[in-house]
Amino acid sequence: MNFELTKRQEFVRKLVRRFVENEVAPIAAEIDQEHRFPRETIDKMGKLGMMGIAYPKKYGGAGADYVSYIITIEEIAKACATTATAFACHNSLCCWPIYTFGSEEQKMKYLPELFSGRKLGAFGLTEPGAGSDAGSQQTKAVLENGEWVLNGTKCFITNGGQAQVYVIIAQTDKDLGNKGISAFIVEDTDPGFSIGKIESKMGIRGSATAELVFQDCRIPEDRLLGKYNRGFNIAMEIVDGGRIGVAAEAVGIAEGALETTVEYMKQRRQFGKPLTKFQGLQFDIAEMKARTECARMICYKAAQEKNDGLPYIMDASIAKYYAAETAMFVTTKAVQLHGGYGYTEDYPVERMMRDAKITEIYEGTSEIQKMIIAGQVFK
Amino acid sequence: MAYKVIVCAKQVPDTNVIRIDPKTGTLIRQGVPSILNPDDANALEGALTLKDRYPGSTVTVVTMGPPQAKDILIEAIAMGADKGVLLTDRAVGGSDTWATSNALAGVIQYLGNFDILIGGRQAIDGDTAQVGPQIAEKLGIPQVTYVEGLEIEEDGRTVLAKRQLEDGYETVEVALPCMLTCVKELNEPRYMTYAGIFDEEMDEKIITLSATDVNLDPAIVGLKASPTNVFRSFTPKPKGRGIMLDGSDEKELATRLLVNLKAKHVI
Repeated sequence: MNFELTKRQEFVRKLVRRFVENEVAPIAAEIDQEHRFPRETIDKMGKLGMMGIAYPKKYGGAGADYVSYIITIEEIAKACATTATAFACHNSLCCWPIYTFGSEEQKMKYLPELFSGRKLGAFGLTEPGAGSDAGSQQTKAVLENGEWVLNGTKCFITNGGQAQVYVIIAQTDKDLGNKGISAFIVEDTDPGFSIGKIESKMGIRGSATAELVFQDCRIPEDRLLGKYNRGFNIAMEIVDGGRIGVAAEAVGIAEGALETTVEYMKQRRQFGKPLTKFQGLQFDIAEMKARTECARMICYKAAQEKNDGLPYIMDASIAKYYAAETAMFVTTKAVQLHGGYGYTEDYPVERMMRDAKITEIYEGTSEIQKMIIAGQVFK
Repeated sequence: MAYKVIVCAKQVPDTNVIRIDPKTGTLIRQGVPSILNPDDANALEGALTLKDRYPGSTVTVVTMGPPQAKDILIEAIAMGADKGVLLTDRAVGGSDTWATSNALAGVIQYLGNFDILIGGRQAIDGDTAQVGPQIAEKLGIPQVTYVEGLEIEEDGRTVLAKRQLEDGYETVEVALPCMLTCVKELNEPRYMTYAGIFDEEMDEKIITLSATDVNLDPAIVGLKASPTNVFRSFTPKPKGRGIMLDGSDEKELATRLLVNLKAKHVI
């Protein structure tokens, strides 16, 4: 057993830290306040090979391991959860299914452009009536004259309106329930595809969250992703992997809030001494640190399992559940330790607290994670 | 035109993190990360810029140090360098600048022809700024120090270098092959790339050499051959904080300055 990062993973951390310091952290507050998608950052990430980290060089990927990808999300989220969300959604939810389930033609067509950052990816599963109950898909896809015709609405789609490539889950045989669902690749220029309502959110406000509308959206037959009627399994596999990414994001948010708070406590003096000298507050920091480290370890463990092709569903859910709750706990404490200043936009902890909340909700709520964990325990 | 560029680089402790033991006056190296010397990163960026501009050019990074100094070669290759060369040998340990430049000049001669040698102005651990110029002397090539601007002229064999001086700058023409030492104003070093970090040929791109591999004369390298002796190292006492004077014009400022100097019995 070895808890050390490899040399290359250390270099990845070094690279991301420098990138985040120069390109991500300086605009984190601004994009949150302006609800602005950081497109310029995505372009820069593409140039460094960040948009296709853990994929083979054959398709334009960087050929890195999965833990390096997770470290990247973590480091970005320390400064800006918005950017981490856009990045992880593209990598985990769009690139991964095309790489894993796509035909060679689909891979050659889409992956190089996605990995270079020239195109951004998104994933459409959620619908107004199909949230945690992902099987209740109402969006329909019917094969007509060699074309799939899609009709329906997706909601809360991350990178919606910003992405050019969408992996879409739709019902292809109503009578078969979960076994009558398929996955498709939709491009933003496809006829009948449009962007509906853009959500205004509590946190990750620079991240684009949109409604996708399909009105007789016609796409070629070869855009079916994976096997016909196997879409539910594909969707579940996508979100299983995506959970490790959200866990990493939550770990990053917690670490960012903890670091900021420690620095603040060194500076801030009350009753003639810095906050670091109050034992009650030290206990808070100890608890924040302990939970954050535990969350990080289980997150890395799940990532290593996925990297090695081992079963990771349970650890991904534990990581997602525990890291999200930790992010919420740590950021709430961080605001408290900052006192009145923590409640203002002058300090980043209020943003981090708002951002942390989403990690308990998307890619399967904490409650869904508990169902999965319990399901595995009683299997 | 394509150029063979050699970058001289050093692995140094990150002095932003380092502290000095007040009792012994020595560096507390424990837990201090080692980094590519910042000015050398600018030198590398300068070399990579030339490679971008003149396709077919190659960039080789040369360093001397303990085995872990290989890390800066990995970083350089992840940024885009073609090759890294590490001279590591007990025989060169403890070298001062004179002995270090002998060793590095030996490695460079061993590597063969080159067009441009480039290094940082100085390393942040020793701050001597001597090794670069000494290498040039030993190789018998011209040198330009404090380079903040760099272009190759139309003839392809002359470098136009802009030197940073305390009170201005000067532009110097120098024929290839030459040695340049650069300052941080030369450029902003690029990021490593993921594909670079995960270069499958990384191991083949880094060569490790010993003193005998490059036929170094033991009499001119290492601690014993080094003419420099360190008698004592100490932490200088911090000076008092300066005072910034405000005033609406020179006369008022001068008056305030006089009052301050008199109050402190300086005049």
